[in-house]
Amino acid sequence: MNNHYQLLVIGGGPAGLAAATTAAERGVTCALLDEQPTPGGQIYRAIEAIPEQRAKLLGPEYLRGRKLVNEFRQSAAEYFPETQVWSIDKEHQAGLLHNHQAHFITADQIIIASGAMERPVPFPGWTLPGVMQAGAGQILFKSAGIVPDNGVVLAGSGPLLLLLAWQYLHAGVEIRVLLDVTPFANHLQALPELPRALLAYRYLSKGIAYQLELKRAGIPIMFGVSDLTAEGNERLQRVRFSHAGKRKSIVSELLLTHFGVIPHIWLTQAAGCKHRWDNSQQCWRPELDDWGNTDIEGILVAGDGAGIYGARAAEHAGRLAGLQVLSALNVISRQERDQLSRKDRKRLHEERHIRPFLEAYFHLPDNLLATPGNDTIVCRCEEVTAGQIREAVAAGHENSNQVKFFTRCGMGPCQGRQCANAVAHIVADARGKSVAETGLFRGRPPVSPLTLGQLAQLPKKGTA
Amino acid sequence: MSSDVIIIGGGLMGASTALQLAMRGCRCIVLEKDSPGRHSSGVSAGGLRQLNRDPAEIPLTVEAAKMWRNIEALLDSDCDARFPGQLRIAENAADMEKLERRAALVRSLGYQHEEMIDRDELYRLVPALSPHCVGGLICREDGYARPYHALTAFRRKAQAQGAEFRSDTKVHSLRKKSGAWHVRTSQGIFNAPILVNCAGAWAKAIAGMLDEPVPLTPKALMLMVTERLPHFVDPVMGAASRKLSFKQMQNGTLIIGGALLAKLDFAREKTEIDWLRLTESAATVLRFFPQLKNVRIVRAWAGIEAFMPDNIPVISASQTCSNAYHAFGFSAHGFQLSPVIGRILSELILDGRSTLPIEPCHIGRFNNMEKQ
Ligand SMILES: Cc1cc2nc3c(=O)[nH]c(=O)nc-3n(C[C@H](O)[C@H](O)[C@H](O)COP(=O)(O)OP(=O)(O)OC[C@H]3O[C@@H](n4cnc5c(N)ncnc54)[C@H](O)[C@@H]3O)c2cc1C
Repeated sequence: MNNHYQLLVIGGGPAGLAAATTAAERGVTCALLDEQPTPGGQIYRAIEAIPEQRAKLLGPEYLRGRKLVNEFRQSAAEYFPETQVWSIDKEHQAGLLHNHQAHFITADQIIIASGAMERPVPFPGWTLPGVMQAGAGQILFKSAGIVPDNGVVLAGSGPLLLLLAWQYLHAGVEIRVLLDVTPFANHLQALPELPRALLAYRYLSKGIAYQLELKRAGIPIMFGVSDLTAEGNERLQRVRFSHAGKRKSIVSELLLTHFGVIPHIWLTQAAGCKHRWDNSQQCWRPELDDWGNTDIEGILVAGDGAGIYGARAAEHAGRLAGLQVLSALNVISRQERDQLSRKDRKRLHEERHIRPFLEAYFHLPDNLLATPGNDTIVCRCEEVTAGQIREAVAAGHENSNQVKFFTRCGMGPCQGRQCANAVAHIVADARGKSVAETGLFRGRPPVSPLTLGQLAQLPKKGTA
Repeated sequence: MSSDVIIIGGGLMGASTALQLAMRGCRCIVLEKDSPGRHSSGVSAGGLRQLNRDPAEIPLTVEAAKMWRNIEALLDSDCDARFPGQLRIAENAADMEKLERRAALVRSLGYQHEEMIDRDELYRLVPALSPHCVGGLICREDGYARPYHALTAFRRKAQAQGAEFRSDTKVHSLRKKSGAWHVRTSQGIFNAPILVNCAGAWAKAIAGMLDEPVPLTPKALMLMVTERLPHFVDPVMGAASRKLSFKQMQNGTLIIGGALLAKLDFAREKTEIDWLRLTESAATVLRFFPQLKNVRIVRAWAGIEAFMPDNIPVISASQTCSNAYHAFGFSAHGFQLSPVIGRILSELILDGRSTLPIEPCHIGRFNNMEKQ
């Protein structure tokens, strides 16, 4: 690893791969870092190693990733797997952990392509062993072929939940029930967005196909579920919920939940980029121009870290960011950049047709996000409950950060990633304000943990 | 909006002053541009230290220590205060000599709170310490508390006594009209006969509005905190000849500081951690506790603090305007003093003089310096 690159790309998903390949093909020195051991990101995880049969189960979209990874491998971009970024600043300096050694590198341009994370939603019992986010279940499946063998309850909302159910069905997992918490009212809210969404019929038809197949296989699907509760001594034993006006329950040792995904903003936050609250996507996202430029010169974002549009959109956005970098580095002119970007821009636009519909359809109800019962743990690291957060608000702590100071919620090892949004929703609800006003936890470095020993040995002048 | 006293700044000094004035029947309003405790007061290391103070501060710190011992009676909250002592470690004979000179100075001023300890006593107090140390200077009454909790306790008690706090209310300008201060803020005009400047790192701007220049430098101090560890050390530790402040909090986390500065963009109120400087802190900690090598750092942050050239605060009536008072410039050690500062200001304002010796903290001490 050198001390300096013209371009540093953080994240090896579709956006990062496309960006790095685009830039490296034109001779720009480029390093791509990723926490994972292999390229592909969340969606194309372990794509190079996966046996043909499991690849088929994962669907045709997954194979698309192979091409991206191959092109990246053939480019001159340097690839550093299992590398964490623990700091990044507006001077384009990034603190890395590579082979357990901390050091700094700098770059003329940085593209942050760190993707999305599942939206954590606290509900009673969500911290019990046996309750996991569906993404964790998917990771086990993709990288190790591990599937639950004692049956599973799936609960939540959003396209990934359906996809996971479909994948599990084909892998022979017993799905006890699929509990969909999407409110019925959303169907109406989403209707006006439908015509535009039809332009992206591919997604709609895929969703409908999944649903039909699950039905045909006899998997019980319940819609309009609410009051989800996980119960058990020491670990999960049963799942309770309300459906069609009745309180129901089902025995299970495993509950996988999924409530949609939100941008991974911890790096852009660390760099000091501006963010805004997006009501439609119910998340914070960095403020960007059409090329992915943040408000800090030379720091760009591409892919789901910029806002949730999915894998294909990420790939196009990655190429656009790559072209923008080439033009910023004077490798190509602005005219060339505009010319070369036409196709990707058009495709990106098409990919986005479906989003307003999906966002309205899968909009999570406020009562799920903002009104967990007082006993529900919100910050799992520091074991702070919704009730303690409300008490802090009642004692005059007016925003997320004050509540954090007072209750310690968000001060644990996860750096508030699991509770930042929930706290903002609860504080906003308790004060009768908007989430945007309540604010996001201020980012505190390191972005990923670093030991005292690693810090003490940080070379004074960047030497890798 | 009118009251008896307007206090600018909702940090510890503003809140403590509001409490003491309210307890004596004054109607106070505290104007805070952000939220209470947003700056130094909410993010400090929480050290309650009499050890190694400037002689000018000793009478104040000793009085403050008495108040901290009894803080629950004042604030209805114990602020999670603990008193396991604060310690400066000597690593060699030269360090020991330096600490002995200090102990002698404190004794010569008539105080007994700083005490030399030998190697045996040091390792009895801190068995986990690396074996190379030779002794130390200790103040056994010292300790720490939780800063934001303390700030909240001051605020809530002051509110219970009738004081008002306004967040998001930034003071833009001051004017005196027929004996009353007219304070123009981002949320309208406030009036009161008496004005107090507790604006921390921004106090120079407020003093400037009173035509009273002060050599205050804002600086951002860094701290870092680790994951939770099983309890292994009691006293708060510093070193005789190294930059270090080290303690294990009630919940097992370690707070590590040492007066290291972050990069500061004061106009935008933005701080950026300077990791290369923090390597020094990490190395110092590992020098004393090599067994902590694999402990993870969870968070680092910086707070914006007011520093004076002589590192002691300004606690004083204004020289240029009547009915205006200052308390700022605590130079990284104001937390411990905070209960007594409110009392001193309430005495200055209501009795015309303080019962504690505050002459060395007078704003006039910079008069010649500013003219140069
Ligand atoms: C990292 C760090 C660690 C520390 N550790 C310790 C320690 O261990 N022990 C110890 O004793 N001390 C410590 N200190 C020092 C201590 O925190 C401060 O001395 C003390 O909190 C100062 O309080 P204050 O009220 O003067 O200032 P502040 O807390 O800064 O309050 C001033 C307030 O005034 C407001 N303000 C400014 N201008 C305006 C305006 N125009 N209009 C309205 N409002 C305005 C500001 O927003 C601010 O909230 C530490 C400080 C830092 C930064």
